[in-house]
Amino acid sequence: MSTPENLKYTASHEWVKTEADGTITVGITQHAQELLGDMVFVENPAVGRKLQAKEECAVVESVKAAADVYAPVSGEVTAVNGGLDSAPEAINGDPYAAWMFRMKPDNAADVAALMDAAAYQAVVDSEAH
Amino acid sequence: MALKQTRLNEEHRALGAKMVDFGGWDMPVNYGSQIDEHHHVRRGCGMFDVSHMRVVDIKGKGARDFLRTLLANNVDRLAKPGKALYSCMLLENGGVIDDLIVYFLEEDWFRIVVNAGTADKDIAWMKRQVVAHAKAHPECYAESGSCPESECCAERGERSDDSADAAKEAAEKLPLAIADHPEMAIIAVQGPKARETLWAAMPGSQKLTENLTPFSAVIIGSMFIARTGYTGEDGFEVMIPGQAAPYLWNSLIANGAKPCGLGARDTLRLEAGMNLYGQDMDETINPLEAGLAWTVDLQSERDFIGKAALLANPPARRLAGLVLLDRGVLRGHQKVHTAHGEGEITSGTFSPTLEKSIALARVPAAVQAGDEVQVEIRGKLLKAQVVRYPFARNGKSSL
Repeated sequence: MSTPENLKYTASHEWVKTEADGTITVGITQHAQELLGDMVFVENPAVGRKLQAKEECAVVESVKAAADVYAPVSGEVTAVNGGLDSAPEAINGDPYAAWMFRMKPDNAADVAALMDAAAYQAVVDSEAH
Repeated sequence: MALKQTRLNEEHRALGAKMVDFGGWDMPVNYGSQIDEHHHVRRGCGMFDVSHMRVVDIKGKGARDFLRTLLANNVDRLAKPGKALYSCMLLENGGVIDDLIVYFLEEDWFRIVVNAGTADKDIAWMKRQVVAHAKAHPECYAESGSCPESECCAERGERSDDSADAAKEAAEKLPLAIADHPEMAIIAVQGPKARETLWAAMPGSQKLTENLTPFSAVIIGSMFIARTGYTGEDGFEVMIPGQAAPYLWNSLIANGAKPCGLGARDTLRLEAGMNLYGQDMDETINPLEAGLAWTVDLQSERDFIGKAALLANPPARRLAGLVLLDRGVLRGHQKVHTAHGEGEITSGTFSPTLEKSIALARVPAAVQAGDEVQVEIRGKLLKAQVVRYPFARNGKSSL
């Protein structure tokens, strides 16, 4: 499950899935959840908020530490996963199923320009050394 | 600089522990899930490698007199061999040099366990103070200026390479032997099932420890077993020569003890309302400002280092427990707004037992349990309630 091939990634450890309607779904990667450990709190952006690429827009907190989550591209928040309010540990269970928020990207090309699985895996590997 | 390792380092790695730099020591923060480890200690039996903590033995005639002066708590409360006492060791200005547990073993032998990060500083302070105390009260000691224990001389011998220090120490001629034992490993076995787990792992120990009352210890050969801990649960802290530690560790695992990392140790101690040195107090904070008045003996005639400063300065701040009412997680250094002025969180976390965020915070002394305060988290003000702590002990919430 470490790095699904069908997703795009950021260097700040978000994964991005392009949906059929052109919106994107965002979460944090397996590597990120492993680093953070047991998740205890998720704070998502408000629906309708306009985000700039790389803007701090959400927070995940594990029992150990808090970490910012960044907007992978510019766009508008269209939905958030409210289920994480009461069950943040779902991110530990399967970070690629426990999505955090959805966005309507300003430019589809920005999404296409994100890292693919191989490039992201190389980032993770380089952090380990 | 290479990180220091305990004798159990290989065991931690083999168990897949996530290792972190903990004050210069390569220590396990968890072996998978910190919350799972936490619950094991509250509900069954977990164990921790705390060998980075330092054992310091103080031996010789005059040991008790010296500790009467050195420590804020009163060692005269230790009447029965094996009894333990929690105390702070203070600067003249009342600031906390370290918090520690002192065990009374024999009239001429006290054992102190100090924090890892402060151990060298603590020992240097003790040596300086014992010289000063012997100068002022030579009648307390065997022969002022003599070396009462061969061990003390041996210790100097060991360090003779370090010529300047050795020469200085030899010139000092400590009136008491103050010797640390970094070769000792310490395994804390904690939880409602801790005692039976240790007995299963080490069958010979049961007879000698089943009547041990809380906060007391017994020596068994080269081992030392104390019914103490830092989790708010029953259990033992076992000091054992380093080379024997892996065997005991593995035997404990075989008998059901779950290895737990320093992450769980921190959430457990915070739920139990126990201070962490360097976070909840340090040399700039006195024990009365750190929720530790119960460990300071200001009643007896006894004078101790820091007493005059404590008596002269009634505390303007105190340590309070907080429970977050809004959603979020309290963390150290977050600002607290109260009706009586500002304060700051010293330790904060998510409490696995309460499933809420809890914290210790230094606040103006007028703040009372029941007050509602606001905590600044990422620019937002969140509501929290001041509570009397501990938050949880013996398996459940104590709020």
